[in-house]
Amino acid sequence: MAEGFPRPSEIETPAGAEGWQELYSYSGVFSPERSEYEDSMFWFQDGVHWPKALLPWDAALMEMAIIGLSQYNTRHLLVPPANGIDFRIVNGYCYLSPVPAPEADIPMRAEHFTQRAGHYFMNWNELYDNWLIKIRDLVKELESLDFEALPDIEDLEVVTSGRGTGSGGEIQANYFKLLNAASTLWQYHFEFLNLGYAAYLDFFGFCKTAFPGISDLAIAKMVAGVEVDLFRPDEELKRLAKMAVDTGITDAFKKGDVEGTCEALRATGSAGEAWISSFQQAAEPWFNFSTGSGFSSQDKIWIENVEIPFDFIGDYIKNLQSGGDIARPTEAITAERDRIVNEYTALLASDEDREAFAGKLGLARVVFPYVENHNFYVEHWSHSVIWRKMKSLGAVFAKAGFFNEPEDIFMLKRHEVPDALFDLYHSWAAPAPARGPSYWPKIIERRKEILAALNAWKASPALGTPPEVVTEPFTIMLWGITSDSIANWLGGGESEDGTLKGMMASGGVAEGPARVIFGPDQINEVQEGEILVAPLTAPSWAPIFGKILATVTDTGGMMSHAAIVCREYGLPAVTGTGFATSLIKTGQRIRVDGSSGTVTILD
Amino acid sequence: MSHHEESVVVWFESYWPGLKNEVGGKASSLGEMTNAGLPVPPGFAVTTTAYRHAHDAGDLDAMIAHYLHRLDITDTDMVHERCHAIRERVRAVAIPTEVESQIRHAYEELCRRTNSVDVPVAVRSSATSEDSPDASFAGEHDTYLWIRGADDVVDAVRRCWASLFTDRATCYREEMGYEHRSVEMCVVVQKMVHPKSAGVAFTLDPTNGDRSQIAIDSSWGFGEAVVAGEVTPDNYLIDKVMFDITKRVVSAKTHEYVLTDDDHVRKVETPEDRVLQPSLTDAEIKGIARLAKTAEQHYGSPQDIEWAVDADLPEGENVILLQSRPETVWSKKGPKTVVSPGAKAGDFMSSIVSTLMSPLHTKSD
Repeated sequence: MAEGFPRPSEIETPAGAEGWQELYSYSGVFSPERSEYEDSMFWFQDGVHWPKALLPWDAALMEMAIIGLSQYNTRHLLVPPANGIDFRIVNGYCYLSPVPAPEADIPMRAEHFTQRAGHYFMNWNELYDNWLIKIRDLVKELESLDFEALPDIEDLEVVTSGRGTGSGGEIQANYFKLLNAASTLWQYHFEFLNLGYAAYLDFFGFCKTAFPGISDLAIAKMVAGVEVDLFRPDEELKRLAKMAVDTGITDAFKKGDVEGTCEALRATGSAGEAWISSFQQAAEPWFNFSTGSGFSSQDKIWIENVEIPFDFIGDYIKNLQSGGDIARPTEAITAERDRIVNEYTALLASDEDREAFAGKLGLARVVFPYVENHNFYVEHWSHSVIWRKMKSLGAVFAKAGFFNEPEDIFMLKRHEVPDALFDLYHSWAAPAPARGPSYWPKIIERRKEILAALNAWKASPALGTPPEVVTEPFTIMLWGITSDSIANWLGGGESEDGTLKGMMASGGVAEGPARVIFGPDQINEVQEGEILVAPLTAPSWAPIFGKILATVTDTGGMMSHAAIVCREYGLPAVTGTGFATSLIKTGQRIRVDGSSGTVTILD
Repeated sequence: MSHHEESVVVWFESYWPGLKNEVGGKASSLGEMTNAGLPVPPGFAVTTTAYRHAHDAGDLDAMIAHYLHRLDITDTDMVHERCHAIRERVRAVAIPTEVESQIRHAYEELCRRTNSVDVPVAVRSSATSEDSPDASFAGEHDTYLWIRGADDVVDAVRRCWASLFTDRATCYREEMGYEHRSVEMCVVVQKMVHPKSAGVAFTLDPTNGDRSQIAIDSSWGFGEAVVAGEVTPDNYLIDKVMFDITKRVVSAKTHEYVLTDDDHVRKVETPEDRVLQPSLTDAEIKGIARLAKTAEQHYGSPQDIEWAVDADLPEGENVILLQSRPETVWSKKGPKTVVSPGAKAGDFMSSIVSTLMSPLHTKSD
């Protein structure tokens, strides 16, 4: 393998994807004018959030997310060593590059950070309660945005109320409101996140000083929450499965399809009706849950594809009927967490150390629920609403002949949508022929071809010049990018003895046949007793965690959502192996050691 | 024998403190260790009850009184002659059949448990004394190693009984005015360790004093090779709390000490296919770590233990503690604190800032 990664300027366009740059913002792609800077930086591919080539509109949420992170580090909190993160899209894939703060600024930044972050830490619970209100209000605002076909005649009320504006202006305004809400959402997201990591890292650093050999996993276990919103969707599935068993209506689930099941449920009378209404209650908000990272308009969402939660509930019912215990052992989890904390506490060298340990653990536990829970509120719930609203806007365009199908809206860049809306608005107002119906379908078709070509391209895990040592704390925490993982990528991932190395995401050892899948669509291929190997996993895959032995992913760090969920479900997991899905074949026997972060191919 | 007080044989795992007088100091400490989760090589005690039965059946009192009548303890020739005569007679004593058959049955049971024919055992004396709480003279008594077969075991038991009448022990009792009857002999029969692998373990990481880790050095065969530093052992680190194996270094173990057919320990070259093979399974590593952790808890300070994985014992019961002593190197240096003593707690922001500034302590190897 080469000594370094390809320079950005060396990356070639895959055949059939010529002109792919047109799918994204002019500023978001590598550019000859900036090549000196770009080639000098280190760029790692973010497969955790964007495992496939980005759709043009989906790139908007990526850009807002990265800007949100950056502005908090750089302008709001002044995280002493870390500025924000620069991004580029290469052949459709997102590459990130941490921007360090200038050495000379660090003392000044430390002073500001102490004051600003200190305020958050001191008032965390109050601010977090307020955050939960803000985020719910934002979802409400998003829900209130209507995108409907423009009426032939405005309602009389529009005129008599003296409002002075109409549907054409409103649909434009609503699109901008949606963009604003998305921007607000991502600022909210990073209002707390990196502070949560910072307190976690402080406890982490203390533990590593007191016990140089302590594993990252042990530290994570001491901090992890027991009741976590991110696990609530799965909890609701289990609850509904148990309710079906308890009320004797499980036969309805043998129908196999949602419609048949619901019909059979209604036929059972009040028990079935109660179950359906309980399902509907749980669905809002808990089934606004993406089968992917939440960052793709193409990933399925439970509430819009109720066959997904129905299937999971059906599996849980079978499990219960065969005497299985599907309840999360929260008491045992709490007891184990207490045991771990008590034993390490007892091993500390002095009462001062024990006091400091307790203080830092206390703060980490105060802040960590945000780290665990925000993912549901932002990437799953809010994004689900955004994707839904965008599809309803797409339906307006489709009805006006601009698109073949509503989903084509995601083939437009975010700033192309206002242009198309203006076209629609104008043709409605005049009325006069719009250009859209003859303009967009060709472009969309070509873009779909380009995306297909881009998806066939195997993205390099990184580009440019690797740093001597990775020190940027959030890069390590969230993406699992360490000096080790970079060396691992450069080595092709596999050592001489057929072992892949990754992050020790969740402890334990398991051996079994591999099941390699590349996305949520293949999740039903996973069989009992297999080891799941995937580019990444999503929290919404939790319902199959009961039947697999372990998880291996290509991407992700200790704090990636996959890692958090695996720890919660007590499943051995190795994340960030770089190459597991390309080196392991379905059916091969593999051994996963989550405690040492290794995966061994045994066949 | 249903009654504890009358047991002729007490297995280590059945020991309870009420039996202390019947089994003597050595057997009771083995029993205590077994019950504390510190498994010593398996075995049993032949209690003072057995001794008493044999003693009474053979009318040894009269015989002993006869030889010790007007003994002059300053006359070493006389002492030697008379004690020798007593020992000869004790060694020839007829053990009541009921008692002897229980000893034989216990030995056969040990063979069955260790899946061996005529398992080699160590037979050790363990004296008790009503007169002297400090039965320190017990150390004077004999130990017989590599005893095989029920006949030889029974014979060794008699020899241990006879060892109550060594010249020194006899003179000591005479001098102290202790009744010879007040001293009774229990005998410990314990499996000889037959290590598949053996070595040492520390309940801290010897490279940095990290008390959250257990370090194990292991090699094939008897532990001599590791203790004497003659081989580079396999090295493992286990997290004491999580029980994860956090480090494994498998080395070339060129030599091993093995047991020859005539029960001798000999240094040989390790067969080629085992030189680079790990000397422990994961289950064994965790078993040793559990043992070390238990020893640390039991003795209340970091320990330095010697252990063996016995080839004759079933998995799960094959990790054996040979010795546990306080760790000295790091314990001498005193506690290694994170917060300097007397530092004021509180300023969490400066700690967070410095955490963010310093390169992360994430895994670097």
